[in-house]
Amino acid sequence: MRASRFDATVLTLGFAFLYIPIVILVIYSFNASRLVTVWGGFSLNWYRTMWSNQGLMDAAWVTARVGVISATLGTVLGTLAALALVRFSRFPGRMLFSGMIYAPLVMPEVITGLSMLLLFVALNIDRGFWTVIIAHTTFTMCYVAIVVQSRLLTFDRSLEEAALDLGCPPVKTFFKITLPLIMPAVIAGWMLAFTLSLDDLVIASFNTGPGATTLPIKIYSQVRLGVTPEINAICTILIGLVTIGVIIASIGTKRAEMRRIRDEHVAARGTT
Amino acid sequence: MATVSETHTAKKPSPARWLVVAVPYVWLLLFFAAPFLIILKISLSDTAIAMPPYTPLFQGFGALGDFASKLDFENYLFLTDDPLYIRSYLSSLRIAVISTFLLLLIGYPMALAMARAPTSLRPTLVMLVILPFWTSFLIRVYAWIGILKPDGLLTLLLQTIGLLGPNEQVQIFRTDIAVFIGIVYSYLPFMVLPLYAALEKMDNTLLEAANDLGCPPLKAFWKITFPLSLPGVVAGSMICFIPITGEFVIPDLLGGADTLMIGKTLWTEFFGNRDWPLASAVAVILLVMLVVPIAIFQNQQKKVV
Repeated sequence: MRASRFDATVLTLGFAFLYIPIVILVIYSFNASRLVTVWGGFSLNWYRTMWSNQGLMDAAWVTARVGVISATLGTVLGTLAALALVRFSRFPGRMLFSGMIYAPLVMPEVITGLSMLLLFVALNIDRGFWTVIIAHTTFTMCYVAIVVQSRLLTFDRSLEEAALDLGCPPVKTFFKITLPLIMPAVIAGWMLAFTLSLDDLVIASFNTGPGATTLPIKIYSQVRLGVTPEINAICTILIGLVTIGVIIASIGTKRAEMRRIRDEHVAARGTT
Repeated sequence: MATVSETHTAKKPSPARWLVVAVPYVWLLLFFAAPFLIILKISLSDTAIAMPPYTPLFQGFGALGDFASKLDFENYLFLTDDPLYIRSYLSSLRIAVISTFLLLLIGYPMALAMARAPTSLRPTLVMLVILPFWTSFLIRVYAWIGILKPDGLLTLLLQTIGLLGPNEQVQIFRTDIAVFIGIVYSYLPFMVLPLYAALEKMDNTLLEAANDLGCPPLKAFWKITFPLSLPGVVAGSMICFIPITGEFVIPDLLGGADTLMIGKTLWTEFFGNRDWPLASAVAVILLVMLVVPIAIFQNQQKKVV
């Protein structure tokens, strides 16, 4: 009894700590006053100023494009990497390969950003939109690989083996059987990759060039000048988008899971 | 099962199979591994006022002898000469160690409470821990500026309760305390999740047996629960400690002028002083410092798989 009260207190305090700052940030985006501590009444004024801030809108558009392209590339490469890790127990340099998958997850961003920039300079590639995409693809693919890998590890291979035994070519088996089965993890991986790209300040700062200012770079330069409710407004919109995305995704995976269980029941009844 | 699949692979060697490994492998070699060799190379070259601002060191394999003769450790000697850099490294390590400890102190009870919660409630709790992680890092750090500023919400709150006089202000913003708050806040999900994963799969019969044999709950915790959760403790600590050591955004936005962290120093050398070779040398030494923790992390990850 005492333990459960302790647990409830800990969880309440912990989640309060995690959520109160975000809630305050959202509330003050609707503040009519410019001051953080003074509540001047409800207003959408800051959303209007944000909307007419051309620099901010351009940055948002760049970020969206970088996010979609790098998340898609990262998902393809990360899924391949996960397959390589789980399905290929032996190939030359496997140790190095798995090392290169895990290391970017914890590598300080200043190191990754700087080293990648130096590569582009050495190769004489002008920095800009595409160098940010390459940089983001490289670190997001590792996150996708981890997400997809965990799905592949708990994966029933009998369907795949049945298809192969019946003479289905391996590539076709992958697209017809394996990919649909790991799809929830692939989608989750894409979303994670997209938000990571959306968030990144440090790696993008090193690898960006003229005309490719992303939203975090823009927000960062404004934050350094001081807190304004306009930043709260754009942050609120980002938080809103991410929350909606996460909710849709979790409903989607739950539906897919239920459908799969139902299909398995039907299939089991069919075989007996 | 493994033998079945291996007979399949033996029967059908297809080029598509090689592409599965080769494509991500080549990408990572080119864009993750090769840059480290370049950063090492540039850390050994001279600063030049040009674009790129360093002297070319390596032109083709014919120039290999030339390369060896031009190698110089000037940048590294500079780093060891100037106490600012050594103090930055030590201060980063100190901040990372203290923050990781604080994270364990806060994260462990949370993870334990989650693992002991009713099974039906657990997915929601996990979701609640993950959700802040999906919102931008920068936004979460920014949120704390409004709270911790001298004329911010914390001052207002404490003045309202009466803990602070009407003319007093909280002096936390732009100090190390603000940096610790920012770090603990940002990294808490990374600490809680591995701990929860370790605690959740724990066998409860062990605790029941201890209880039946008259072991008090607190002793049972230290004798059974904590030792069994050690893999989670190591994983969570490494996932937090390594990136915190090189953290830039948090000390830059919440810390003061005297908050020394190596990520910030590197950023200043690169963007402020435009000294690329020195920034590279700073990065190489940071990487050397983190080799052991990264190796521990990698080992831990392999065991999970």
